[in-house]
Amino acid sequence: MSLAAHVVVQRGGLLVDVRLAVADGEVLAVLGPNGAGKSSVLRVLAGLLVPDDGRVVVDGDTVWDDERVHVPAHRRALGMVFQDHLLFPHLSVTENVAFGLRTRGVARGPARAAADGWLTRVGLDGMGGRRPGELSGGQAQRAALARALVGEPRLLLLDEPLSALDARTRLTVRAELRRHLAEFAGATVLVTHDPVDALALADRVVVVEDGRVVQEGRPADVARRPRTDYVARLVGMTLLAGTGRGDVVDLDGGGTVAVGEEATGPVFVAVRPESVALYLSRPGGADPASGRSWGSPRNVWPTRLVTATPHGSTVRCDLDGEVPLTADVTVTAFAELGLAPGATVWASVKASEVAVYPR
Amino acid sequence: MTTASRRRVRRQGRRDGGVPAPLLVPAAVAVVFLVLPLVGLVVRAPWSDLGAQLTDPRVGEALRLSLETATLATLLSLVLGVPLAWVLARSRARGRAVLRALVTVPLVLPPVVGGVALFLVLGRRGLVGQYLDQWFGWTIPFSTTAVVIAETFVAMPFLVISVEGALRAADARFEDAAATLGADRWTTFRRVTLPLIAPGVAAGAVLCWARALGEFGATITFAGNFPGTTQTMPLAVYLALQSDPQAAIVLSLVLLAVSLATLLLLRDRWLGRAGAGP
Repeated sequence: MSLAAHVVVQRGGLLVDVRLAVADGEVLAVLGPNGAGKSSVLRVLAGLLVPDDGRVVVDGDTVWDDERVHVPAHRRALGMVFQDHLLFPHLSVTENVAFGLRTRGVARGPARAAADGWLTRVGLDGMGGRRPGELSGGQAQRAALARALVGEPRLLLLDEPLSALDARTRLTVRAELRRHLAEFAGATVLVTHDPVDALALADRVVVVEDGRVVQEGRPADVARRPRTDYVARLVGMTLLAGTGRGDVVDLDGGGTVAVGEEATGPVFVAVRPESVALYLSRPGGADPASGRSWGSPRNVWPTRLVTATPHGSTVRCDLDGEVPLTADVTVTAFAELGLAPGATVWASVKASEVAVYPR
Repeated sequence: MTTASRRRVRRQGRRDGGVPAPLLVPAAVAVVFLVLPLVGLVVRAPWSDLGAQLTDPRVGEALRLSLETATLATLLSLVLGVPLAWVLARSRARGRAVLRALVTVPLVLPPVVGGVALFLVLGRRGLVGQYLDQWFGWTIPFSTTAVVIAETFVAMPFLVISVEGALRAADARFEDAAATLGADRWTTFRRVTLPLIAPGVAAGAVLCWARALGEFGATITFAGNFPGTTQTMPLAVYLALQSDPQAAIVLSLVLLAVSLATLLLLRDRWLGRAGAGP
């Protein structure tokens, strides 16, 4: 196990208490809203923040053990990439990348050669002579990655590495980062509030809210079966808690949902917005789009439209009622319904489209 | 009359340009008050035999002494003041507020009082001076060393305040980045922090140097007024004014020129901090 950490740290009114384990070559994403304490965890792993309690073990070497072992940041074999790259503005790009080698005693010539080699690897061939201010955001973040990796760290820490980039650059840098992470032999911890980063880059996701781990698993599983409202919102689902009773679930908030699989005991019910259909009157027999008979749809609820926001080619409708839902309908369909906020509308979901899993 | 009233109407019509009379009049008086003495200096200067006055060896001697001591005082302030500024800005030790207050006392202390205080500590019978005298045979008062010490005492706080401000404004996360790259705190200071705050250090050094150059009270109290060893330009001006007012004006002009040069050096920092990049 390449990284094993238990981090306890008090940040203002928030007590962060998180356990992480990352294997060699594995990428762990720490996903959570702003202020959840995930950056504090990363700073403790880096040695930049003193935890109130806990233990950090990298490659079998304890670098922090409360009251006993305190290895300062500069003596830990780690590389870190910050949100806004933090390249030193007074040094050239090559000097920035060579910095970590120079501080560790590598002579100037070999250090610069290694730095230029890494600049080529990240696609910045020939840009080593520039100042960081002369690079675009994407180039600067590539240089920052080269600077973090050139020293062959055992632990790579990425603090929101893509969130300062514009959408297009983020896409390409994310793809490159994925490639470099696949080649990296050590453990990687990626802190992000963007579920796309976590899904695209991580082998495993830990969701942190209010200083606690609330969900952990493979990215696809976390996305399919969210366990908190935050995760559900991130992956665009409506999450409802209830108690399973065969093929129906009694919701904690009232109402029942028919589900495709048998369920018993405390369960979560997750509904994708695109699987919710809206009608002006109670739907009876057939899907108006395909004309296919639904039989009698068992999940039909009267709701009230709260807000409607354009969302690409669809309109995202937040619905209030006995069962609160979010529905994505096409712009055309929304126009035909002629809905205004406050209007009453019938929402329908097929039982087979409802995910149900134990709480 | 009509022109004046029309102008007044136009001025009132502008949103931001109008200055209320209760502010405008004192402001104008202030400008006159600040500028008029300098104008007087220039007007009354003996321009015809300026060359002869400037080449007077006594002027050269005082100017050389002033430049040398002010430069030494600035170097001393840099060596001691930059680390002090770092401690004030970065350390989390308790009593930092008290320390800052103590450090800035010389800013508000009348320089003559500073000179007396230095004399009580470093004089031949002073708290520390008596041992320097007994053990090493060092006598500090009334020497060029005393001039440098007096100037440093008065001028170093300017540098400390300036550098501390630059340190607080600098992004400390660059220091975090350096730490993750294997740099200990000393390496980080030398290779990251100091280059980042270099403009602030330069500005502080210029302010410090200008203050040292103009130092009078502490110098004359602690170092005396001996031509060649302790008589700096301000002291020479004061002395000349009593015997040879023309020479005093010339010496003053030289100091004015040096001050204006300093102002020009600092202009970019004072006027909007445009182009603050390296």
